[in-house]
Amino acid sequence: MEAHHNIILPEGSIEKTTTTLNLGPTHPATHGVFQNIMEIDGERVVSTEQSVGFIHRAFEKLAERRNLYQITPITDRLNYCSSPINNMGWHITCERFLKVEIPKRVDYLRIIIMELARISDHLICNSIVGVDTGAYTGFLYVMQYRELIYEIYEEVCGSRLTTNIGRIGGFERNFSNTAFTKLEKFLNEYPKVLKEFESLFTRNRIFMERTQGTGGISAERAMSYGFTGPNLRAAGVDYDVRVANPYSSYQDINFTVPVGSTGDNYDRFLVRNAEMWQSISIIKQAYEKVQSFKGTEAEIFHADVPEYYLPKKEDVYNNMEALIWHFKIIMGEVELPKGQIYSAVEGGNGELGFYLISDGGRTPFRLHFRRPCFIYYQAYPELITGGMLSDAVVTMSSLNLIAGELDA
Amino acid sequence: MSLTNTTIQEKLVEKFGDQVFQFSTDSGILSFEAPAAQNLKVIQFLYDDLGFTFLTDLCGVNYPDQTGAEIVVVYHLHNFVQNIRVRLSIAVPVTQPDVFTASKIFESANWMERETYDFFGVNFIGHPNLKRILNVDEMDYFPLRKEFPLEDQTRIDKDDEMFGRG
Repeated sequence: MEAHHNIILPEGSIEKTTTTLNLGPTHPATHGVFQNIMEIDGERVVSTEQSVGFIHRAFEKLAERRNLYQITPITDRLNYCSSPINNMGWHITCERFLKVEIPKRVDYLRIIIMELARISDHLICNSIVGVDTGAYTGFLYVMQYRELIYEIYEEVCGSRLTTNIGRIGGFERNFSNTAFTKLEKFLNEYPKVLKEFESLFTRNRIFMERTQGTGGISAERAMSYGFTGPNLRAAGVDYDVRVANPYSSYQDINFTVPVGSTGDNYDRFLVRNAEMWQSISIIKQAYEKVQSFKGTEAEIFHADVPEYYLPKKEDVYNNMEALIWHFKIIMGEVELPKGQIYSAVEGGNGELGFYLISDGGRTPFRLHFRRPCFIYYQAYPELITGGMLSDAVVTMSSLNLIAGELDA
Repeated sequence: MSLTNTTIQEKLVEKFGDQVFQFSTDSGILSFEAPAAQNLKVIQFLYDDLGFTFLTDLCGVNYPDQTGAEIVVVYHLHNFVQNIRVRLSIAVPVTQPDVFTASKIFESANWMERETYDFFGVNFIGHPNLKRILNVDEMDYFPLRKEFPLEDQTRIDKDDEMFGRG
């Protein structure tokens, strides 16, 4: 055939049958700053290479010159869909390291806040999976109920997204009655909404066909890739930090750990939904336990750790000792004990670990965040190769990748 | 049989003798060290014989005062069945920070080693794709080493002009 004889093409360009596609770094379908350089054949993904680090903010280096309480706002910005879990995870790490005994009431209040955060995290993830499969309604519908959760945060700590909630030793103030009223309102209204959300998706033919069998991974591969959290459980491994290494009195609460079998997008969706039901039940149990405290016990909202917990303002003005502690804490003049600790909590995405090394100084010698996203995002090429480009987008959102956590 | 920190230590010493040392228990996790040349053998033994099939975390630490062992690579391994963790440290000199890659045993080590290379300059021998991951490729230093200064909070050159508000 004599075709192309009058067109000069670069060497090899005719033979190349695939197209290179840059998905990201900013693309409406990626819900965050992710770049993927994909080789696609028609609509089929042949290979992909992720590049990360677009919003890297050097948190680990920053932490080396900050006092413990100044690191909490950094943790907000890891997985910003569930900041309270990160904050609590950091406080619990510090408390374990400093061997602080936490009152039970504080533990249960923390469980309430952490499980609310888990619900808001899973809610975003699952409704975004809906958006990427073409169902916008669910997303817009459940947003109102995330708002209710954010109002509770607001009532407790004053902020909504990057919460900086709680302190080392407990909470900055007791929960107000409004906070409990809002919690009750949420507990009343949310189950109906979640039920309706499920009936929109779970047995929806289109949704099932889009998500079943796409982005699947076996339990062995998931473990090798370091999956944790709902993504690992969707593959059939029942590992949950709340059960394996209980923190904040999770051992006092009854709940089940939902697992999937195929590890595909549909199973991840189901596991997250089932976890939201569990979270509702956990919150109810914890709230009951909080209500069972009577008298002065019902007023406890922090442990007695004067070295790390700021004294009351009126004491600072009227009491010399409180003034000294206030000054020492704010100026960061409290020396840490020597040693190291690895402590983990079950974050929205999986095992969120803090590896703290102290050389006896006032700031951590080294602080490493184990960010679940960063570790399991490696598996992305394996999950999507051979599949359709449109499934790759769904897979990305069903992994619940959060750029803030990924890049640290 | 169920594993405890003591039985793990006994099995490791039985297998590797004086090649594993510095045993300690910090906050409940058994920590120990091994020479850089032995890291894969130790990890493989932990994986095959003691069931530590999950690499929780891998990171670097820089101790500038430990001459000849300035860079330390720390592995946190987890046995899901027995629900027990261990921490393995590998110390290497900053002048020749060579460590064998664990990415053939754990897929997850791939990026964690790239991160450690990126921040500490650890050369993971045999790594399939050892390049920077979070920082820009053009960077010519390893920012989490202690020699790289933290920002001086009293600096005055960062005035408004630099941010277009001058």
